[in-house]
Amino acid sequence: METNVLEVHNLRTSFYTDDGEVKAVDGVSFTLPKGKTLGIVGESGSGKSITALSILQLLASNGKIIDGEIRFKGENLIGYSDRKMRDIRGNAISMIFQEPMTSLNPVFTIGQQISESLIKHQKLSKRDALLKSVDLLKLVGIPSPEARVRNYPYELSGGMRQRVMIAMALACDPEILIADEPTTALDVTIQAQILQLIKELQHRLGMSVVFITHDLGVVAETCDYVAVMYAGQVVEYSDVFTIFKEPKHPYTIGLLNSLPRHDMEQDKLEPIRGNVPNVRDMPIGCRFSPRCPAATDLCRAELPELSKDDKGNDVRCWIYSDNWDGEMEVNVYGEKRIAQGRGVKAVFSD
Amino acid sequence: MAKYIVRRLLQTIPVLIGVSILVFSLMHLIPGDAAQIMAGEAASEESVEQIREKLGLNKPKPVQYFNYVSNAIQGDLGNSIRSGRPVVDEIKGRFWVTAELAVYATILAVFLGLIAGIISAVRHYTWSDVSIMVVALFGLSMPNFWLGLLLIQWFAVGVDFLPIPDFLMMRPSGWGDSWRQILLPVITLGTSGAAIIARMTRASMLEVIDQDYIRTARAKGLSEKIVIYRHALKNALIPVVTVVGLEFGAFLGGAVITETIFAINGMGRLTIAAITERDFPVVQGTVLVISLLFVFVNMLVDISYRMLNKRIDLS
Amino acid sequence: MAGKTVEVINGPKRSSPRIEAYKAFWKRLSKNKAAVVGGFFILLFIVVSIVGPFLTTKDPTEVMVLNKLQPPSAEFWFGTDNFGRDIFTRIIHGMSLTLKVGFLSVAIGGSIGVIFGIVSGYYGGKIDTIIMRVMDVLLAFPGILLALAIVSVLGGSLQNVIIAVAVFSVPAFARIVRSSTLSVRQLEYIDAVKALGASDFRIIFKHILPNVVSPIIVQATLRIATAVLTASGLSFLGLGAQPPEPEWGAMLNDGRTYMKTAPHLMLFPGMMIAIVVLAFNIFGDGLRDALDPKMKK
Repeated sequence: METNVLEVHNLRTSFYTDDGEVKAVDGVSFTLPKGKTLGIVGESGSGKSITALSILQLLASNGKIIDGEIRFKGENLIGYSDRKMRDIRGNAISMIFQEPMTSLNPVFTIGQQISESLIKHQKLSKRDALLKSVDLLKLVGIPSPEARVRNYPYELSGGMRQRVMIAMALACDPEILIADEPTTALDVTIQAQILQLIKELQHRLGMSVVFITHDLGVVAETCDYVAVMYAGQVVEYSDVFTIFKEPKHPYTIGLLNSLPRHDMEQDKLEPIRGNVPNVRDMPIGCRFSPRCPAATDLCRAELPELSKDDKGNDVRCWIYSDNWDGEMEVNVYGEKRIAQGRGVKAVFSD
Repeated sequence: MAKYIVRRLLQTIPVLIGVSILVFSLMHLIPGDAAQIMAGEAASEESVEQIREKLGLNKPKPVQYFNYVSNAIQGDLGNSIRSGRPVVDEIKGRFWVTAELAVYATILAVFLGLIAGIISAVRHYTWSDVSIMVVALFGLSMPNFWLGLLLIQWFAVGVDFLPIPDFLMMRPSGWGDSWRQILLPVITLGTSGAAIIARMTRASMLEVIDQDYIRTARAKGLSEKIVIYRHALKNALIPVVTVVGLEFGAFLGGAVITETIFAINGMGRLTIAAITERDFPVVQGTVLVISLLFVFVNMLVDISYRMLNKRIDLS
Repeated sequence: MAGKTVEVINGPKRSSPRIEAYKAFWKRLSKNKAAVVGGFFILLFIVVSIVGPFLTTKDPTEVMVLNKLQPPSAEFWFGTDNFGRDIFTRIIHGMSLTLKVGFLSVAIGGSIGVIFGIVSGYYGGKIDTIIMRVMDVLLAFPGILLALAIVSVLGGSLQNVIIAVAVFSVPAFARIVRSSTLSVRQLEYIDAVKALGASDFRIIFKHILPNVVSPIIVQATLRIATAVLTASGLSFLGLGAQPPEPEWGAMLNDGRTYMKTAPHLMLFPGMMIAIVVLAFNIFGDGLRDALDPKMKK
């Protein structure tokens, strides 16, 4: 039995603005087994990044976690004092961000910035911390690290900076690395390198990774488990094979259908119709119902819970409940599929 | 960097030429006959002619300008019409008085402004922020000549803390010898600058606190103190440096008023006296010296800004 | 939200984007309490400067030696000065002088600065270099010194103070307008308009000016505050308004001698200068916040 290093239950995070409360995250649950990689997928604005920032409690001052549990090795981080959280950040759980160009402080050298966590968490002396920084730069594949520690961020390219960010995040051998779209801002060739680097380091150091991305291709390549997010909620959570082979939630199916594939012929890509709902004006029922091809009155009236199917995977959809009486015909990669669930009435076919 | 310093030095040359032309023109822009005005209305034709001769006003303008500049470079700014002494000698003793006053005012403004601005930014939208910003707005709007009079009224007249005559007993260099005597003029001069620096620091800090690298610093588990005072402040202060240079200049100019109120024998008071007495060579001299000093300080500030802000080096 | 959109489309007249932008601006401005207060006071000052002199019963310049140096009382609200003149009356009459100096000098200096800035930013090249070097030279005379030098040449009078403060205001406008013009000129639609054969004059007035108007307004408001400070400073030094004009800076200078025995002589004129400057500063800050969407949070 594998142990879960991170369990998030029904997380809800809101921002308080001049125009009222914005429920950026409103029902996120997932688990991350030790040593594995979890992908959090969703469109921009679906609450992925806020989920990640909530885990480390790094929200902007007008943001607040209002409900839920974040269990790190069984202990609920919510309710931790700021001092206790600081011992976790950059130490047990660390994070890399989307924008390598702006995520490093321009007025400190690379070495100084990596050393900081070492001095803080591992109580190293300045000298030792700098030596370790050189090792870390070597680890993330930066050439001539002895010279680079003395560089300022502006002297490095975007890809190099993201490597530095990774070195910084890995400084204290974290148990979990949260990577928030680490490759989005980079060139395609560099993207592959950085992904490869993270994967490699994960195997070498045995850490668990939360990978936030909007790119299903990245998920397929790197993740063991996937949580699909839509409008602030997790709508489906399962292992990566199930997601790609037997997607359940109509949104997941839609996402997959809009993805080009190389292994088979496609007449056309099918985009999901409609738009992501406005955070200030959420549908009353299922948040995907306005765009869902199978939506019934029930879907439009009541929000479904995230519940387990018989294989232990989670899905937030009325189709898989006993109450559902609609019908659904959906193409998945042009092949006929039958959804598994309680009270199955849905038939995926061509 | 060296390349930038050279370029910045070269950039200063046209400004210096412009300044010298403008200062030179002061005497020639006077409506009517400059020599007559300087000599006074009752002066005889002879003495007017004498002044004209002495100042070389009957030579062609380009020649006059050339003479003015070449003399100035050799440290000769002409002679005062009233005292007959060389303008350079008149300025010499007073230059340091004004420079000292401006330097102290800058120190005060930077010290107060930074502290207030940082507190305001760190506690933004709280009561301390609001009150600091209200005070800063008042400081910015306060006429410094009024502030100076109020200070004298409160501390010197009302409380008998500083008897007024003390201000008139300046050392040869111009200053009273106790810190208390220096304090009131420095506060008078420095208050508006402190307010400006406070507002600037706050705005700059708030902008920096929103940056991605501040989030990175927090994600490392650093304490809020280190995040603010190490990571944010160092970045936020870079734009403030430029303002400090400008404020120093404003203080050099503002010294005119402060010195008048506190009867300090600096260049400002000399300028006012010379304007009142229509002693134009002295006016030209003080205006030239003050603006040269300002141009020089601004150049230093630009260079240090460049050194601090490593990011611009790329472009 | 949806209802509002429908209304706009079906309504009798459609609002242009610019009018919409003005509406949004007014909404933001009216939300800014400080700006509303500042704006209210400025309006009040203008009204007082126009109506006030007709409402006061006393003569601002009439010398009444018997009443000299009276402290504030029911008869003389702000007391009297060393010539027995009623300070309150003089303050009311001085309001128009202060506003005149503030508005006129900024209007003159601002217009010149805006023209310089637009020409500099729009045409670039040599003319840009020349204008900007000249501005650098003007900026090399710190603070009040430039105005002082000009007044020293022209002689002390309120009119010359206006000229001096106007010249002193030019570089700030020129610089701001130049940088805004540069950023507008780089927009692609300016090239498109040019390709359609529009004249430079038309491009500047129809396309550039409307886009740089907000920084100009903000700058003008804040500059009036500076202008009032500078002008009253010159008068305080005896280089501006001449007696018996009820100019506040000059009144302050006159009152200085009686600081010990009659502090009200310097209290009220100084306070009025501070209040007027404060109102313009507050209003300018509010305008900037309302016009600059970046700052809105």
